[in-house]
This record gives sequence, C-alpha cells and structure tokens, in this order.
Amino acid sequence: MDRFVWASGLLEINETLVIQQRGVRLYDGDDKTKFDLGTVLLSTHRLLWRDHKKHDCCIALPLSQIIFFEEQAAGIGKSAKIVVHLQPVTPNKEPGPYQSSKYSYIKLSFKEHGQIEFYRRLSEELSQKRWERISVSQPMQSPSRSQAGKVKAVGIVGIERKLEEKRKETDKNISEAFEDLSQLMKKAKEMVDLSKLIANKIKDKQGDISEDETIRFKSYLLSMGIANPVTRETHGSGTHYHMQLAKQLMEMLQVPVEEQGGMMALTEVYCLTNRARGMELLSPEDLVNACKMFEALNLPMRLRIFDSGVMVVQLQSHSEDEMIASAVETVSEKGFVSSEEYAKLVGISVLLAKERLLLAEKVGHLCRDDSVESLRFYPNLFLTQD
Amino acid sequence: MHRRGVGAGAIAKKKLAEAKYKERGTVMAEDQLAQMSKQLEMFKTHLEEFASKHKQEIRKSSEFRVQFQDMCATIGVDPLASGKGFWSEMLGVGDFYYELGVQIIEVCLALKHRNGGLITLDELHQRVLKGRGKFAQDVSQDDLIRAIKKLKSLGNGFSIIPMGGGYLVQSVPAELNMDHTVVLQIAEKNGYVTVSEIKSSLKWDAERTKQVLEHLLKEGLAWIDKQAPEEPQYWLPALFSDLYSQDVTPEEADASLP
Repeated sequence: MDRFVWASGLLEINETLVIQQRGVRLYDGDDKTKFDLGTVLLSTHRLLWRDHKKHDCCIALPLSQIIFFEEQAAGIGKSAKIVVHLQPVTPNKEPGPYQSSKYSYIKLSFKEHGQIEFYRRLSEELSQKRWERISVSQPMQSPSRSQAGKVKAVGIVGIERKLEEKRKETDKNISEAFEDLSQLMKKAKEMVDLSKLIANKIKDKQGDISEDETIRFKSYLLSMGIANPVTRETHGSGTHYHMQLAKQLMEMLQVPVEEQGGMMALTEVYCLTNRARGMELLSPEDLVNACKMFEALNLPMRLRIFDSGVMVVQLQSHSEDEMIASAVETVSEKGFVSSEEYAKLVGISVLLAKERLLLAEKVGHLCRDDSVESLRFYPNLFLTQD
Repeated sequence: MHRRGVGAGAIAKKKLAEAKYKERGTVMAEDQLAQMSKQLEMFKTHLEEFASKHKQEIRKSSEFRVQFQDMCATIGVDPLASGKGFWSEMLGVGDFYYELGVQIIEVCLALKHRNGGLITLDELHQRVLKGRGKFAQDVSQDDLIRAIKKLKSLGNGFSIIPMGGGYLVQSVPAELNMDHTVVLQIAEKNGYVTVSEIKSSLKWDAERTKQVLEHLLKEGLAWIDKQAPEEPQYWLPALFSDLYSQDVTPEEADASLP
C-alpha cells in the first residue's frame, strides 16, 4: 500500500477513464486497510481508489508499477478479489497514505462484484500499455528501477512476459470469438423477425392453418429457442420431439414412480432422467412440455400441479380417493402426524407427504394444528363425530 | 332496412372471394414456412461454423458465456429452452447448464434438512464446484443463476433473493415476502437476529416481529436458541459461515439429538 500517492481524483489531460467499479475495499497484502468502501477506477495511466463518502479521499498508483495480477476466487462470506503485485517503491515518490509496507502486493476486494469485467479491462490496459505512448499534462511518476530492486525484478520480468503473452493470446481469441458471435447473432435476429411475421399470419387466420403446418412451425421455433408467440393449445407446446420424449419418459419412469408410491416430484424426475442420459440432456422446459403430452397420448401418467406450485408426475393407476383414504387411516392410527413423520411412515419424500396431507385436508378429512413446533394433521373429528 | 344489391348471388360471390383470399393467405403462410425452413438450414450451417471455431471458448470462459447469453436475450432467443435446440446441440451450451441444474438440485436437497431450503449463492457455488471435481469446467455465479432460472419451470419453488452482499437461493416453495427478506438481510451480519435488533433497526412492533420470526421458524429456515444470554436468538443456517458450521449427515444429526 505504500506505492499509492494522494491524488485529486481528477484525470489528467489525455488520460482516459476505462472502467470504474463501486464497492471495493483495499487490502495491504493480506491486511485490511481503512480504505474500506470505495470506488476503484482504472484509467489508461493509473489505478485510483476513491472513498464513497469522502470524495476528497482519493489515492492513485501508476499502472507501470504493476508487475502482474491474479484473481482470488470468492469464498463463503468472502468477496472475490484481484491481487495486484507491485514493483518496489520508487525513492522519489510523492506522499501517500502509507509510509512503508511489509507487502509487495495489494488486494482489491469486490464487495459488489464487477471483478470479471474489471479484470478483463485491467488485462487490456496492461498489455496495451497506453501510458507509454500517451503523455499527460502532468509528468507521471515513472518508476526507475533502483539497483537493489533490479536483482529481484529479473525473475519476475520473465514470469510477467509469459503471463502477458498468454493474456494477449487469450484476448485475441476472445475478441475474434466476440466478433464472430456478433455476426451470428445478426443472423439469428433475422430468424426471430421472420418467425414473428409468420406467427402474426397464423394468429390472424385462426383455424385456417393446418395442424401439420402448426407443428412444423413449432419445431422451427424450438430449434431456434424462440418462444411460441401463438397460444393455441391443441398440443400445448407439443412438437413431435415432445411426443417422442413423453413415450420415452413413460417407459423410464413407470417403475421408479411406482416404487415411490405412485408420485414423483418433477425435480426428482429431472435429475433421474438426466443422470441416466449422461449427455444430450433435457432442459427443464423439455421435461415439462413432454409431461404435458401424457394425456393426449393416452399414457397412464399425468403431470399434476398442486396449489403450492409443486409439480409432480402421477401414475393414473393411482386413485386420489385411495390416497386420501389411506392417509386418513394412517393418521387415525397414530392420532396425529407431521409431514416428516408421515413421510417416514409411507416411505416418500417430505414434499409429497405434505401434499398428500394437504389434499386430505382440502376435502375435509383431516384438520391441521399449526404451531411453531410443527404443522400437524389430525383426523377431522368435526366431520365424523357430533 | 335491406341494402339494394344484396341477394343470394351477391352472397355467393362474397363467399367465393373470401375462400379465394383464404386460400391465397394459406399459400402465403406456406411460402413463408418454406422460406423459414431454408433459412433455418442456412443458420444451422453458420452455427456449425461458429461452433467449430469457438465451442471451446464457451466451455472455458464464463465471461464469454455471459456475453453470449446477454446477446441471445437481446434478440429474443433462449438458447437453453430445449435440449433439442440448435444452440444446445451444436454449441453444447445446453448440456452444460442442464447438468449444472442437476448438481444444484442435489446440493439443495442434501442440505435442506439443515437450512430449510435456503442457501447463499456463495455456499451453493462452493459446494457445486467441490462436487464437480478438479478437472471439470469452471462455473461462475452467473452460470448458477441462469441454471436456477431454468429450474423454475420445474415448479419446485426455486427462486433467487437479492441480499446486501450477494444472493440467497431458495429451493422450496415456502413463501417469503419483503418482511422476511429484510430480516434475513439483518441476520446476514452475525448469522442470527434477535427481536430487539429487529425492533430497533426496522422500528417494527412486537406483533409484526413475532409473525415474521415464527414464519421463518415454521418453515425450518430459522432455529431458535432460547439459552442465549440476554434474549432468544434466531439463527439462520443458510447464513452460517465456515466458522460456525460443520458438515453433518441427516443420520448423524438424528443420532446426536435426544
């Protein structure tokens, strides 16, 4: 931290601001400094930090003093950081916040994120070294390596050079990739616009477009990832793909769902299916859309959405009345149960246990006792006794 | 009042004209579908070319993924909508995020007994990375957030709650309103919160404070420590830091309880 000098926070003529980021704390090596919360600014020539509250508290450091820097990933309760390794302090440096420091590196802690972009821009500036080419109105501190520092610096220079080369290479690849990406997106946009045109036509002529054409259109939308603007619910968002998927799912899920008592939460189905597939995984939406087709395909499974929003697949053989009756029986035997207890008794997940009990309550066969300790269900004596 | 000229003949002519118009309309839509089909093929080729050059970039660089996703969103395309989409098939973005979804669900399920279904994005990130192992691709918090957004379609109550320093991820359909969220934010500092703290910083009355804390207790998101020195402390396991927490399996937890 002793490489920093007090600064006015104003940019010099010909010095350009590259990026700034709020919510940054400075560390002297591993130690927190009193520069607790401020904005870090990167210019073509310097790295500055300004306090959020006290705007006249501003410090700066020339970019030429940076040897290299690296990311330090975030941890639990710890923000992501950038560690900046600096050259030794120059003898004729202007006054700054620290007279001396036992560390040769500082850390920028990004409490409000933004480290990724900042890192990228810092790389760019350090590889371009614009401060060498663009002179500013006030002479910048160009650190001349002292004799003592030179010996230490040699090894570091080699590392620095390698890192820079790697960065340049990566940067070049990334910029080319971004360029190609922009071109690709332009073409994708054309597809989106065309699909909107067609969708409008279909909407205008409700009932005149053939089923086949609608299905074809939907599959085009699916390929491109364009949301279906036409809300005709003949097949839901079904396409041939989803119909096939529904049949596959039926085969795969029949046994596991039966073992679970005839019902399985969709999140579990998602994990089960994708773990089994290994690759060419299903998206969550694929799964939901396929499940919606069970009924249309006359498969013995249904997608069901509870009041709470929980979604499950349920085997048709599974009668609702049976479920409720057995739940009431179990509860009556035990006197009362909580969702957790019921889950253990029946061997299903707590989530589904709760839904079953809620169902029974909905039709009036069970009563609840809701306390801080737990939610319990009792047989509804108001109904059976008088 | 009947208008002149309207008779059976006129009606028949009108119907014929309408039918012809519809026919032409259908033909136009068919034309456009055919055009779309052709353009789709062309686009697929472009995408293949792009993939052959930059597929690795997407896998390796989380920044690139962010750019990619943002651009898709801008033009109105969801590359993660379906595993059958071009983006997924050719760029492999799909598998990356869908697998991440599976890992997220598994982590949340494993910890639910302890934190009630609420976890910080930081902790989720850490655990997912650990589960993926040393040689897996790197995963950023942005990646997690996008995967979670997709998981919402599965109806199991996945949501992301912004907090002062980061985000909380909820994986159960418990209802959390603004009051609950603001109490969570206060609790972030120490991992727990007390009634007096809430009253003094939020200026709430006793009833409101009681309701909010009881709800958190009921949902299993908060635990109460009645043996704390001055007044009961409400602890939020979701906010526990390394300092406080220790990994215990449900079986171990059950065994150690009276």
